[in-house]
Amino acid sequence: MSGHSTYEPKTGFERWMDTRLPVIRLAYDSVVAFPTPKNLNYWWTFGGILALMLGIQIVTGIVLVMHYVPHVDHAFASVERIMRDVNYGWLIRYMHANGASMFFIAVYIHILRNLYYGSYKAPREVLWILGCLIYLLMMATAFMGYVLPWGQMSFHGAVVITNLLGALPIVGESITTWLWGGFAVDNPTLNRFFSLHYLLPFVIAGVVGLHIWALHVPGNNNPTGVNVKSAEDTVPFHPYYTVKDGFAISVFLILFASFVFYNPNILGHADNYIPANPLVTPAHIVPEWYFLPFYAILRAIPDKLGGVLAMFGAIGVLFVLPWLDTSKVRSMRYRPTAKLYFLIFVLACLVLGLCGAKLPDDHVIPIGSTFQLFDADLNSFVWLSRIATAYYFAYFLIVLPILGLVEKPLPVPESISAPVLDNAKKD
Amino acid sequence: MLRKRIALAALGLAFIAGPALASGGSAPLREHTWGFEGPFGKFDQAQLQRGYKVYREVCSACHSMDLVYFRTLAEKGGPFYDPKYPNPNDNPYAKALAAEAQVPDIDSETGDPIQRPATTADAFPNPFPNEAAARASNGGAMPPDLSVIAKARSGGPRYIYSLLTGYVNPPAGLTVTPGSYYNKYFPGDLTASWSGDPKHVPPGGFLAMPPQLADGKVTFDDGTPSTAEQQARDVTAFLTWASEPKMIERKTFGFGAMIYLVLFSVLLWFSYRRIWRNVAH
Repeated sequence: MSGHSTYEPKTGFERWMDTRLPVIRLAYDSVVAFPTPKNLNYWWTFGGILALMLGIQIVTGIVLVMHYVPHVDHAFASVERIMRDVNYGWLIRYMHANGASMFFIAVYIHILRNLYYGSYKAPREVLWILGCLIYLLMMATAFMGYVLPWGQMSFHGAVVITNLLGALPIVGESITTWLWGGFAVDNPTLNRFFSLHYLLPFVIAGVVGLHIWALHVPGNNNPTGVNVKSAEDTVPFHPYYTVKDGFAISVFLILFASFVFYNPNILGHADNYIPANPLVTPAHIVPEWYFLPFYAILRAIPDKLGGVLAMFGAIGVLFVLPWLDTSKVRSMRYRPTAKLYFLIFVLACLVLGLCGAKLPDDHVIPIGSTFQLFDADLNSFVWLSRIATAYYFAYFLIVLPILGLVEKPLPVPESISAPVLDNAKKD
Repeated sequence: MLRKRIALAALGLAFIAGPALASGGSAPLREHTWGFEGPFGKFDQAQLQRGYKVYREVCSACHSMDLVYFRTLAEKGGPFYDPKYPNPNDNPYAKALAAEAQVPDIDSETGDPIQRPATTADAFPNPFPNEAAARASNGGAMPPDLSVIAKARSGGPRYIYSLLTGYVNPPAGLTVTPGSYYNKYFPGDLTASWSGDPKHVPPGGFLAMPPQLADGKVTFDDGTPSTAEQQARDVTAFLTWASEPKMIERKTFGFGAMIYLVLFSVLLWFSYRRIWRNVAH
């Protein structure tokens, strides 16, 4: 699909430029003429949404940095000053804070769409791995960004998460000291997190460039999972997908705006409006919502090092997914059994998110204690998170490898156009 | 498809309520319909002025508001905003209110520390020179800064209002720690002080702040009857405004943004239908 370029320079300037630096050709080939399967549904619009969110985060972030003071004594007040005294500072800061949440909503949908339609399979493994890398970088960036306002959750969240690395044998203590820039979370920690929080988004932007490059070699997957066979299967990216993505982005922005303008603090935690105080620990330290599933996996394992390994393993397993899934059929549209396991997987992720927000010993069903199983009551969130964690890993390590070999998929259409034409006849 | 996506997002958001509810231990907050809530909510300027008076005469004896400046009182949407003075520093009310307060400064001639009347450019004065002094005067407890208090407590205005009116006689069987006061909305765990049925520990906690509001304690200049209930509502409104002086501007701006985005989406939808009309998909 990345075949020969159809770009023809029309003006003198374009011809001049084309023989020197063919950027117009590159742009034309990637976002105008790029042949795109004509059957992409709205789940495919999240790539565009994510690109826009990255842009919004970078632009609002650069403006925030003009007013923010990275110092333990001034950070909190400087953020409030942005809210009160900087022209439209409230808008910029709320866009940035809620933009992070929107970014994660979009990335989770984007990842789940990949899982469902098998987009990670050959020949898109590198594309998928680059995506996993972007997600990992996003998590690091979001975590460090949340530390910057230097509220109670910022500080104690940073303490909890950096301490986790201390569980690693031999190197753990050195790594935490190195991360902190001292022997506790303090001003040097805030300074380096600020520096890295500014750097990483540009690293993300770079990997996004590679991600798009890797996308444009094999081209888009599509809901049928069938390869593009002829020109009849595709439409040029512009105007067909610029308008479809544009519509989806606009609707997504309505959701974004409803948070920014009407509920800007609902996704955060009230404790983070209390200036950081190392001597007072909040009653419940909870991460931002987008980390809750991983927080639940961490707490599901009774051993600290085991918990840390499971948490990182939950992301690590994604990197090798293309080689774990043995199915020859890409799209779960034609894999009824896999579809069922996938839906349970989505449910398990939501349950893990719920468990991450609750106290481990709280009862899941309000009937009181049932019976003690090892270290906790069976009717507790810690056991629920263990069940969900087990399923999370089983989905990747057992279900996908075995199911691909034993299941009998439904017949797959000849081409992208075939089921489309069938539909047209029915209409 | 779209509905599914919104449902998915909503599911994700359902988790957020979790940590807030998990704080537990205190009674369900009192409900009150606040005029400033909702997408078209507005602050009642008279209420904000009364609330400022409650803060000034009662709260400010112990609580600082380091992030709030006198000029903010006269900004658009503030308690003393007057359209005649677009620059809040010209506003005579704000100037007069500032001048009532004394703030520490350095004499530019001699370099000696002095006290001078505040100007609109000054923040509300802190009642204590430092944290140790604040603790020493309050039985070891630190009165929290109130600048962003409505954002810093889960439940926001409902919590402040409930707490201020939540001092009730402790139930029999509850031993109140000397120097503290029982409040059924204050998050805490009273198990250790409870001698009754361990399955029914009373909600709430002990806090170092004694009940502050009482009928007639503050005289309202607009003639509003000064009940403790009214004082609590007014000071809650004031603290909510002070926590986010740009809230009304935000909602007004948001309404325009929403209309724009909805119209833009509709236009894009029709463009999409038109461009795709000849493609079977």
